[in-house]
Amino acid sequence: MTAQIVLQVLLSGLLMGLIYALVASGLALIFGLMDVVNFAHGDFLMVAMYALFVLVAMSGADPLLLAPVVTLVLFAFGAAIYLGIVRFAMRVQTNRGMVQVFTTFGLGLLLQGLAQTIFTPDYRSVDGGIVAGKSVALGGIILPMPHVVGALISLAAFGLIWLLINRTDLGKALEATREDADAVALVGIDRNRVFAIGWGLGSALVGLSASILATFFYIFPGVGNSFVLIAFVTVALGGFGSVYGALAAGVLIGLIEAMTALLVAPSLKMLGVFAVYLAVVTFRPRGLFGSM
Amino acid sequence: MAQPQTIPAPITAFTSRRRRQLAVALAVALALALLPLAVADVFVMNILVLTILFASLSQSWNILGGYCGQISLGHAVYFGIGAYVTVALFVDFGILPWFGMLAGAAIAVVLALALGYPCFRLAGHYYTIATIVIAEAALLLVANAEWTGGAVGLQLPFAPDSWATLQFGRTKLPYYYLALGLAVATWIVSWVIEDTRAGYWWRAVNSDIAAAQSLGVNVFRSKMAASAVSAFFTAVAGGVYAFFVSYIDPTSVMSFHISLLISLPAVLGGIGTLWGPALGAIVLIPMGELTRSYFGGTGLGTNLIVYGVLVMAISLLRPQGLVSLVHLFVPRRA
Repeated sequence: MTAQIVLQVLLSGLLMGLIYALVASGLALIFGLMDVVNFAHGDFLMVAMYALFVLVAMSGADPLLLAPVVTLVLFAFGAAIYLGIVRFAMRVQTNRGMVQVFTTFGLGLLLQGLAQTIFTPDYRSVDGGIVAGKSVALGGIILPMPHVVGALISLAAFGLIWLLINRTDLGKALEATREDADAVALVGIDRNRVFAIGWGLGSALVGLSASILATFFYIFPGVGNSFVLIAFVTVALGGFGSVYGALAAGVLIGLIEAMTALLVAPSLKMLGVFAVYLAVVTFRPRGLFGSM
Repeated sequence: MAQPQTIPAPITAFTSRRRRQLAVALAVALALALLPLAVADVFVMNILVLTILFASLSQSWNILGGYCGQISLGHAVYFGIGAYVTVALFVDFGILPWFGMLAGAAIAVVLALALGYPCFRLAGHYYTIATIVIAEAALLLVANAEWTGGAVGLQLPFAPDSWATLQFGRTKLPYYYLALGLAVATWIVSWVIEDTRAGYWWRAVNSDIAAAQSLGVNVFRSKMAASAVSAFFTAVAGGVYAFFVSYIDPTSVMSFHISLLISLPAVLGGIGTLWGPALGAIVLIPMGELTRSYFGGTGLGTNLIVYGVLVMAISLLRPQGLVSLVHLFVPRRA
């Protein structure tokens, strides 16, 4: 095993990790804001990928050009789901734990069923557009272009989240609601509106990551299941509700996955990730960067 | 002035309500025992066995998820262990499934306690996510292990009909009674738990951890105990299922779908109730089997849509479950 192979694997892992971080960021944002886990997160991703699929089929445009459209569509979708469903789940008085898990969970099943009925279980793919089939060569190390572009978009998105939270009034309202959702009414913040915007933003991030994934991954009704598990682990590792924790944890997971595939076996690559997750949960239940 | 004296009620009270529950259960069990006399169709028999088996599974899940409030979406681990251990011991060493099931259940209990140690310090959603991840890791391990036959799975050898080896080539009837026996056992365990000190502790952990702790309930130990009981019966049912279908592979006994089928009946019927899991299974399992046989080939996601809508509707409109609707027709007595 040469140093070059190790470097190649680490860099690929890093790129994939940045993409995982973006996939998990929406989950972390919503959880941090209101202490609700969206168990339909993976199915939101699936919805976004099909939205992109339909848009590409209709317009023939480059998927990355359509990414902002999908992001907007998902913003509306997420806000609507909050206003139409999640809002009511938060008001239930009996069996609250069960209700919060199974409301979004049932929604996920419904979305998968609908996708299967409308699009059939067949595997689809969009024409990857300008990044498809290209790669970047760096002194003998070859990195696929979709991963490179995806990782850069992810970094840019995290930069934008930082700006949004730290430099805008909306960000202040989000932070305030996150700290005390009951007290914000006193300063004229409508909690429900902030939550709806939070679900919109979290889902918009899902839309963005779906547009990246669609350039190099198949689309099928169960596609969310492959990524939601990684997103859960990312968010749990990073510390629930910590968006930047998700960034660090995503990168860590990308690296562990790549190294396990290299050192143990590609078919067991997720096992390394699960093992690290269990170790962290055992010794630090709040995650690496959680402040609970 | 003498203080008014209150005599504490005994912890286990054989009240008329408890007596009635037992009488109803006895009647239901008798009716179910006679039901095969009226059923000749193999397809219907198949659905009946699965329904009763998943009623029993969900009743076991309910001990941890309902009474103790720890929502597990990874019970396929215990189910899969029960199935694999029972079949592997029989195929490789000729150990009778009766002992194999006990071995599988014992291993499941040990695993539940080992996993409970880190996981039961996680609250609410964190715990649920940990169970999903652990089940997925176990699925990966089983699919890549040697003794499990890997992705190919294990097939029971053909053998003459016998209650000792639980092999019945031509008829499903013995499996029906096996499943019914298990369902009765898990129901009785739940019934007993509902009126023991442990049962009250577990429900206290479910309704308010801080309050329970302040009253001296050992929260961690309660979760561990509920988890052990739940894992035991889930694994036994896994063993019964394996002999019923006579062929197992990783996805058929350890996938997320199994965890779902174990938890949903209780959620739908009424989480933390005595009759909820059975009621939920009666609705859910035949519906799943029927939609699969009628729409399965068409590739439509009909059963996913039906499951999804049902689960959402119950969660939002009737979090107490379908069983709470029964009281609209049968007045609740003291």
